[in-house]
Amino acid sequence: MLRGLGAEIVVPGRRLADRLWGIGLTALGGAVLVVAGLIVLQLTRLSAPVLHQAGLLSFVTSKKWDVVNDTFGAAAYVYGTLVTSTVALLFAMPVAVGLALFLTEMTKPQFRPIIAFPLELLAGIPSVVYGLWGLFVLVPVLRDPIEPFLARTLGFLPFFKGPPIGLGFLAAGVILAIMILPTITAISIEVLRTVPGSLREAALALGATRWEAIRVAVLPYARTGIIGGIILGLGRALGETMAVTMVIGNAPQISASLFAPGYSLPAVIANEFAEASGALHTGALAALGLLLFGVTLLLNAAARLLVRVATGGAKRVAA
Amino acid sequence: MTLRSRKLINGAMTVVCGCALLIALVPLASVLWLVISRGLAGLSFAFFTQLPKPIGEPGGGVGNAILGTLLIVALGSAIGIPLGVGAGVFLAEKGDGALGRVVRFVAEVLSGVPSIVVGIVAYGLVVLPMRHYSAWAGAVALAVLMVPSLARGTEELVRLVPRTLNEASLALGVPEWKTSLRVVLRTALPGIVTAILLGISRAAGETAPLLFTSLNNQYWSTSPGQPTASLTVQIFNYATSPYEDWHSKAWTAALILLLLVGSLSLGAKLLARNRLKGLAR
Repeated sequence: MLRGLGAEIVVPGRRLADRLWGIGLTALGGAVLVVAGLIVLQLTRLSAPVLHQAGLLSFVTSKKWDVVNDTFGAAAYVYGTLVTSTVALLFAMPVAVGLALFLTEMTKPQFRPIIAFPLELLAGIPSVVYGLWGLFVLVPVLRDPIEPFLARTLGFLPFFKGPPIGLGFLAAGVILAIMILPTITAISIEVLRTVPGSLREAALALGATRWEAIRVAVLPYARTGIIGGIILGLGRALGETMAVTMVIGNAPQISASLFAPGYSLPAVIANEFAEASGALHTGALAALGLLLFGVTLLLNAAARLLVRVATGGAKRVAA
Repeated sequence: MTLRSRKLINGAMTVVCGCALLIALVPLASVLWLVISRGLAGLSFAFFTQLPKPIGEPGGGVGNAILGTLLIVALGSAIGIPLGVGAGVFLAEKGDGALGRVVRFVAEVLSGVPSIVVGIVAYGLVVLPMRHYSAWAGAVALAVLMVPSLARGTEELVRLVPRTLNEASLALGVPEWKTSLRVVLRTALPGIVTAILLGISRAAGETAPLLFTSLNNQYWSTSPGQPTASLTVQIFNYATSPYEDWHSKAWTAALILLLLVGSLSLGAKLLARNRLKGLAR
């Protein structure tokens, strides 16, 4: 902008300094790409032996994970990850959207920071502390009143059969739901704030109650962005490690019952990586990581695009 | 539908959404209450200063784990903060071109990569070439985790600096690099420090990327080239052990971790509030 003007009165040393500054900054920006490249490189390099031996498809679909005989199949872990994440979404979705609606549409603006504060706290608690709480508080509660109750009332469904151990898919799903709740709520709030006031006012002026205005005007407008937030939450749930490792029971089995102990992709990496023996075992665990990386990458890209479309590319206003 | 029933539905939905708030508060209150009450029971001066005792012996502490966490986080910050903040300044100052758009998108997407995956990467990058676990490896993992969110945060804060400040400085003949450093960055500094504190607080709470990078250590580690204990890994090991005594130690260590993480983010929050006040003046 001022470059044309400055060029005529330039001091030689100064132009060099400006160019060095520009090059330095660009290098630092490029470092982000280098980091991304290193992640991909290391994951593919480490997992190459296993993927060569089995191929990605048979690796993912085979159930047999036998460290002693160097046979590796990820199906049980993939299953556990999918089941626990689904349970988490089923619990977290309605609560998060309800909470976001309550904060943006149903309370006075003065109260919002007071109510939003606990959400930030919830998001800031380290995952291992959730795991600790899950292991000694949630699991006993599930084991005694909740799982027997579910078995009595809904026991005809395949999901609620078997002995109530506490540790298992249900415990992992519940703790994941708690952990992704702040993510989905925060994005939903951000999206709901971009809904034009005129939409609400139009609905209200036509005689709609507040809930009807939300249902016919606000939610349809915000739907895309909220779905983006939910996908982002799903991405977090898939990759969450410590809390799940501590409550899922760590048994590589595929069971329809949510009471049964299971295993998940991050959990098996956490438990076996440090003691992995040989390049094949390490490689199989790295391949699980690669799988996790690929899936979360796709989910994240999709979610970011959805949220960006939904908020109309609007520059975020600083709080 | 009559007006009466419509109003009834409206009221019912308001109650339902309000209940969502209660549902969200229950686990939060429960976690905080139990960590504080069970954690306080085992808190003592020795817990901060002593090494872990073998099972069966009473007493002992997590002094080495506290020190280890501080060491790993400090090393990780030393690598991650310059990279993250630098990338953020790049995005704000030179990021309107094609490269900028790519870097921004990659940073956004990378911030969702599971931390355990980053642990594997640090294992391949540092542990394999060095042939042993070390604090360095854990630090590299934490640094990789810090960079994307720090870059995005810094960019947003630098962009908040009014363009006019920049132009005034350039019009006075100050070179571009000096304008960026002394005018733009200086104005954005309190905000950037907030972002850095939040990043450090998040890094201090990470467990998964440390499990097979810095591993653990029952003794004081004297150099960053050694396997190093950390609070989070220690909590995990204590909690999943079969011993009652270790369980209560896990709660106390969790209390210390929460205090560490909480005070960092509280500091960030206070700083952010002061900044807003400063701008309003």
